[in-house]
Amino acid sequence: MTAAEKYVAGAYLVVFVVVLAYVLIIATKLARLEREVAELTELARERRVQEPERKAVALG
Amino acid sequence: MLPANRLPALATLALGLMVAAVALVAYVAPVDANQGLSQKIFYFHVPVALTAYALFGWGAWRGLRHLWKREQGADLESYVAIHLGVIFGAMTLLTGSIWAKISWGRWWAWSSDQLVLFLVLFLFYSAYFMLRFSIEPGPQRANLSAVYAVFGVALIPVSFLAIRISKDIIHPVVFKSTGPDMSGTMFLAFCVSWAAMLALAATLYHVELAGKRLDARLKELREALTS
Amino acid sequence: MTYFADVGALARKDLMLELRARDTLPAMLLFVLSTLVVFHFVLPSDSSELAAKGLLWVAILFTALLGLSRAFAAEREQGVIDGLVLATRDRSAIWLGKALAILAFLGLAEIVALPAFGLFFTHVGGGTIAGVVLADVGICAVGTLLAAMATASRARELLLPLIFLPLTIPIVIGGVGASVAGHPGKYLAFLALYDAIFGLVAWGSFEYVVTE
Repeated sequence: MTAAEKYVAGAYLVVFVVVLAYVLIIATKLARLEREVAELTELARERRVQEPERKAVALG
Repeated sequence: MLPANRLPALATLALGLMVAAVALVAYVAPVDANQGLSQKIFYFHVPVALTAYALFGWGAWRGLRHLWKREQGADLESYVAIHLGVIFGAMTLLTGSIWAKISWGRWWAWSSDQLVLFLVLFLFYSAYFMLRFSIEPGPQRANLSAVYAVFGVALIPVSFLAIRISKDIIHPVVFKSTGPDMSGTMFLAFCVSWAAMLALAATLYHVELAGKRLDARLKELREALTS
Repeated sequence: MTYFADVGALARKDLMLELRARDTLPAMLLFVLSTLVVFHFVLPSDSSELAAKGLLWVAILFTALLGLSRAFAAEREQGVIDGLVLATRDRSAIWLGKALAILAFLGLAEIVALPAFGLFFTHVGGGTIAGVVLADVGICAVGTLLAAMATASRARELLLPLIFLPLTIPIVIGGVGASVAGHPGKYLAFLALYDAIFGLVAWGSFEYVVTE
């Protein structure tokens, strides 16, 4: 590899690495979103379990 | 705002254009007679720089729409565009520095107008984040960010002019950029690679926006569930 | 003419306040003189006059920054910014009045600083003086708006230099060119252009900085 080739490859690598870094950031964000959605799903499920009970108490 | 189902199409377009650009640059465009192989950096460096300008311009435009028409979400769009613009600006500085190294033997050349301009812009827009994140979220933050973004687009041509006219007195003229002579395929490679960069930027912009909107929705959902 | 009456009243208020409290102008004067003394020790004895002329612009810029960081201090401490905004018919009058007051402070500081520079370093030519006058207008126009922005943020004084310096790099380029070049006309024209562009942008956008 000549010096020119190295520098050209380096310049193109910069763009590639930035895009990869972006993928990494998005992956972290996706993991956080997944966790949050799981938490909220749990919350929604609990609510649904509680609500019929509440109704039953009100009727009885 | 982009309909959600268009995002994959946009990403596919960016991917296709990028592959075409790399192929054209590597196999079709001839090696430059004067500068040799290193001229190939140009095909990425300049499109990245032009895309950064486009992003700064778009950010200012969305800021202006916020101030002017109070468009919903314009503030967020302005922020995302400028954020991406800074990333593309950093890429311009890095690839430009590599080009300076191979052309002039040094990692930094004050004689290159574009590099100096990007350094100024990089500093200016980095301060944008300092400004934005030291104000509580709300209408005032949106206003100040938008005004600052509008100052940015005024700064770009003014700085460029300043750097140009200062050359004959402050810095020696080493490199006269009359624009490289481009043959047909060279110009084609350049255009495709510019289109690829724009498509990439647009994709990242919409991904980022979708993520931010998702965050907002989740917050709403959480409030609805816990109240 | 009510607009200019507002501007005049606001500028006069700031000048009167300064006359009574004397907290900005003496600081600026002392600062610019100290900077010039520091520059004497910064410059090697065989350095050219051109280097000193370049440093003069550093002194001017930082002195202006010192004054600007205090620009809205009185209003903030007394919490009267909102009242001022409500009381003024056209908000840009607040900006213009404040910019004129700062311009007066900066001009006064330079009336002392430029002869001192001539005494310590080298002769100050007509190009430099014209450049300083034009640059002052731009510095005060942009600086006042940015000072209002910085006042609204949590970081305040810390933020102002960060947003101020990149925006004033063109002023430095034009100013240094005007004091160093043989024919300063081009640089003076550029400074005037800067003043016009950024003056208009600042004038048009100030309203959004102080209102919601």
